[in-house]
Amino acid sequence: MAFNEETVANVANLARLNLTDEQKQKFAGEVDGILNWVEQLQEVNVDGIEPLVSVTEQTDAIRADVVTDGGIQADLMKNAPESAHGFYVVPKMVE
Amino acid sequence: MTDLINLHISEAADLLAKKEISSVELTRAHLAEMEKGRVLNAYITETPERAMADAEVSDKRRANGESLGALDGIPIANKDLYCTKDVRTTAASKILSNFLPTYESTVTQKLKDAGTVMLGKVNTDQFAMGGSTRTSYFGESKNPWTDANGEYALTPGGSSGGSAAAVAAGLCMGATGSDTGGSIRQPASFCGITGIKPTYGRCSRWGIVAFASSLDQAGPMARSVKDCAIMLESMAGYDKKDSTSVNTPVPNYLSALTGDIRGKKIGVPKEYRMDGMNEDVAKVWDKGIQFLKDAGAEVVEISMPHTKYALPVYYIIACAEASSNLSRYDGVRYTTRVEGATLDDMYKNTRTDGFGDEVIRRILLGTFVLSAGFYDAYYTRAQRVRRLIAEDFKKAFETVDAIVAPAAPTPALSFADMANMDPVSTYLGDVFTTPSSLAGVPAMALPVGMSSNGLPIGLQIIGKHFDENTVFQVADVMEKSAGFNLMPHRVKG
Repeated sequence: MAFNEETVANVANLARLNLTDEQKQKFAGEVDGILNWVEQLQEVNVDGIEPLVSVTEQTDAIRADVVTDGGIQADLMKNAPESAHGFYVVPKMVE
Repeated sequence: MTDLINLHISEAADLLAKKEISSVELTRAHLAEMEKGRVLNAYITETPERAMADAEVSDKRRANGESLGALDGIPIANKDLYCTKDVRTTAASKILSNFLPTYESTVTQKLKDAGTVMLGKVNTDQFAMGGSTRTSYFGESKNPWTDANGEYALTPGGSSGGSAAAVAAGLCMGATGSDTGGSIRQPASFCGITGIKPTYGRCSRWGIVAFASSLDQAGPMARSVKDCAIMLESMAGYDKKDSTSVNTPVPNYLSALTGDIRGKKIGVPKEYRMDGMNEDVAKVWDKGIQFLKDAGAEVVEISMPHTKYALPVYYIIACAEASSNLSRYDGVRYTTRVEGATLDDMYKNTRTDGFGDEVIRRILLGTFVLSAGFYDAYYTRAQRVRRLIAEDFKKAFETVDAIVAPAAPTPALSFADMANMDPVSTYLGDVFTTPSSLAGVPAMALPVGMSSNGLPIGLQIIGKHFDENTVFQVADVMEKSAGFNLMPHRVKG
């Protein structure tokens, strides 16, 4: 399939990126090249092969549902570009 | 007086133990060398005050008879992907260029607890995405090995290129690296040093800026197999803060260095011998195989039929995971924000401004392969082929104890050559390292020979899951046979 400028615009929106027309053209070409190259995976017979998710065949780790830290609000806010009263501040989203 | 920069960690540890040198002297010597070596752009952030303070504390501890062991007082560098409390951690990106972690990664904490002295944070490709450090927001690092004209014109490799350049030039005694698809092993090969990517799950990933979570693994880089063994023993171990770290005892890695590999069976995968292979790399590989035979190992040809699919599988899986991991950089939590009229505009402006081209390219590819309608055709298929690749290793290890292969398809490339390469061509540099990354097995790179134009070439020793011991054992013998001069490649001036 062709990864064209329309696809790149759609994917960029999903990934919350703003691309200029020039960037769209550049990335469309490059990603299309990569997708053509990965096409070779279509020739592999994967019938009955389960997807590999964990190389160490680990099962999910379970722990008690308790607070293990807490009291670190000031720490969390330290790297916030904007905060007030111990909360993150974002642009207004409800009219 | 001993030239302190030339010492291996193991040698310095002996001298420190005998009180013939102090950590302060050792640290001061490295800080001076770092200043001289700034032309290499290996460090993003130097932490000289912290280093001197760490060294003084170490010397005091030793004077009180409370030494913490072989790493106590040893100056090291940390890849700038490891969160270090109150020390800027950038992932070599613009978006994190002012990020001051309020916590310490598990691995750097363990190294701190072992008494190491932190010299600073070293360069990497942006978010570890690349094999050259060219994608770093802070500019590329230079390989201390020069080109034919004596210029610093070669890449140290990547992503752990700052680590490799610093270790090779004597700007630190050892460094942390991280390896997702070859990011420890390829730069080790390019700079003529050693480095090991341990088994996935051996080291905690907690506090390491995430790239591709099912592949990322921490590991040490140093100037000898023994030094890597010393460092890894401190870095490894189960951590309940990383549920993918594996709760299994960490063996004594130094005890693996027996110097005896008689009777070991070593596999040479025939699919790694590719058409048009670089002649120098092929020669060094043959030389390495001969070293193992001479040491009494049995070398056999093996087949790993899915090898050629590792690269495309890797790029689909790594980019998919990256697109998910990097969604956290939203302009709300991590220091950088570019304002916009709406929340979505703010997200978009922040991310577009904060990520470099390679990162954007991988987010686009990753988002695409995870999007509705394409998920099964790309992502699920890649995961299925990943199982076939892992099974190739499983089958191989039914008959062999370890595998020997090149670490990179070429010696270090020049920046001029790389400037004209398209993305797919640069991705081909990971051809020998991605299969073992996808299988999660441990693999070590060490320098074994030189190219016709005088650059180091490394080989890889690959082992079974959690069998770093055999990897170290074989690598140690290879290192001694190769007799590669692992003195720092000093910066002129």
